[in-house]
Amino acid sequence: MDKKRLWEAVRPYAMVLPAMTGITLFVLFPVVYLIYLSFYKYNLMNKSKSKFVGLDNFKQIFTREDFYTALANTVVYTVGVVVLTLALSLAIAVWLSRRTRFNGIVRAGIFTPHIISIVSVALVWMWLMEPNYGVLNFLLKSVGLPPSQWLQSSRTAMISIIIVSVWQNIGYYTLIIVAALQSVPPSLYEAAALDNASRAKVFWKITLPIISPQLFFILIIITIGSFKVFDTVKIMTGGGPNNATTTLVYYIYEFRTNSIGYASATGVVLMAIIALLTFVYFQLLSKRVHYQ
Amino acid sequence: MALDLQIVKRTVGFLLKAVLLAIFVFPFLWMISTSLQTFEETMAFPPTWIPSWPQWINFVEAMNAGPFLVYARNSVIITFTIIVLQLLVMIPAAYAFAKYRFVGSKLMFGAVLLAFMIPGQVTFIPVYLMLAEWGWIKTLLPQIVPFMSNAFGIFLLRQYFMQIPQELIESARLDNASEFKIIRKLMIPMSMPALATIALFSFVSHWNDYFWPLVMTDSVSVRPLTMGIAMLRETEGISNWHIIMAGNVVLVVPILIVYLFASKQIVKAFVYSGIK
Repeated sequence: MDKKRLWEAVRPYAMVLPAMTGITLFVLFPVVYLIYLSFYKYNLMNKSKSKFVGLDNFKQIFTREDFYTALANTVVYTVGVVVLTLALSLAIAVWLSRRTRFNGIVRAGIFTPHIISIVSVALVWMWLMEPNYGVLNFLLKSVGLPPSQWLQSSRTAMISIIIVSVWQNIGYYTLIIVAALQSVPPSLYEAAALDNASRAKVFWKITLPIISPQLFFILIIITIGSFKVFDTVKIMTGGGPNNATTTLVYYIYEFRTNSIGYASATGVVLMAIIALLTFVYFQLLSKRVHYQ
Repeated sequence: MALDLQIVKRTVGFLLKAVLLAIFVFPFLWMISTSLQTFEETMAFPPTWIPSWPQWINFVEAMNAGPFLVYARNSVIITFTIIVLQLLVMIPAAYAFAKYRFVGSKLMFGAVLLAFMIPGQVTFIPVYLMLAEWGWIKTLLPQIVPFMSNAFGIFLLRQYFMQIPQELIESARLDNASEFKIIRKLMIPMSMPALATIALFSFVSHWNDYFWPLVMTDSVSVRPLTMGIAMLRETEGISNWHIIMAGNVVLVVPILIVYLFASKQIVKAFVYSGIK
């Protein structure tokens, strides 16, 4: 009998043990280890030669110009992606929100890129953006516009990468906004129709305020996601031309073998940025819960 | 007259939507078209829209550019092992968090949520050093084991389990059903939609993953398909677009097939993950 009671007390812990082991080993401990590494000049070949350097890595980060370049690039990328994605997916969602068969097909179609590997998406767009034989320059020329160098000029490389990210993810956010739009109680629209309110007025005064919580979440999700951007940069530009597209994670990636301490310190900075954004996210979450 | 205007408006709306759809579908069609062209056709301006004769040889050449059977096998092993491992780890954990009260459960569940927020782009350096120390780098394990605890899955499944009425569980216990049997016969069948969502989500994200294998591998024998395709650009030269696109088709097709058969399920899965 006692044995059974004991087992009942231990059982929950046994059941969560594998999950907690995974999280501790591969997420929580690495975070602690990352912070530890950020105080060291780490020697990959000979660990015993690693040296404690205090805050030196962090001092270096904030005095190096290339860090500020990477940070600025990341911010430009994030602002571009956030503004374009939010504006376009909201517009498309409103346009396609009615429950018709064709709207459903279009929504499923524009969602497709979201589940395709970023490798494929990046390669297809590199081909489309090829300056001499690419389809995009063909289209520009055929409507009488000058062709662009796209990824191969430091002036247009960042906007090209932004276009690809927006193209890949817009369908996903459109779906989320459509779901939000469809959950607006129809009685509100009926009341507005009785008052003869214009469509623009209905949108600004009724629709937008009601779906604003979802829009806020999307805003935060895209912002956090954008700060982690790496794959498109690695495949499409390699950070170039002239560091025009070196973002924070790419910057860390470049230092990951030769300067582990410095790369770790930059990782800590990235983590702090993401933590701050996540904190804002949870503030909003708790507000929304109270509101309902 | 009023009717005509209505028809014109609807037609224009329809056409504009078709254009929007084309912007998202065309790149894939273009990928397929290019994968069947000759080198000369890809280097034509204006572009060759439809290949004069499908060049299936491009696929052979792409697959010969590297050990693609190895890459494909690795991708399949990694993706399916992750899904099975995650389900085995996740189901008991979600059940304990949903149905038992025990000291420290809140703290541990908080840790799960915290883990959900910390991306691999932050942790990859320490994880790599740790796994190198364990001697795992030449194996597939670094691409599988770190994903054993799916924080999003535990969170979602716990929500689902909590909605299953306690009375059902109590009456099963009165019938002397073991907890294992309750999970197997009651909880799992009743939460199939959530389990399908989580499995689909894992399939898509790990089949497509590029970052993690890139930073965790240093030998060809453990690399997945995504890396193999991305490396085609280096091995095949930057302007062999017909070969690169052929490799790309191979990478995309499995996902497109799954999407074709389960598009409603996948769309739901993604929308759900975004709202919760």
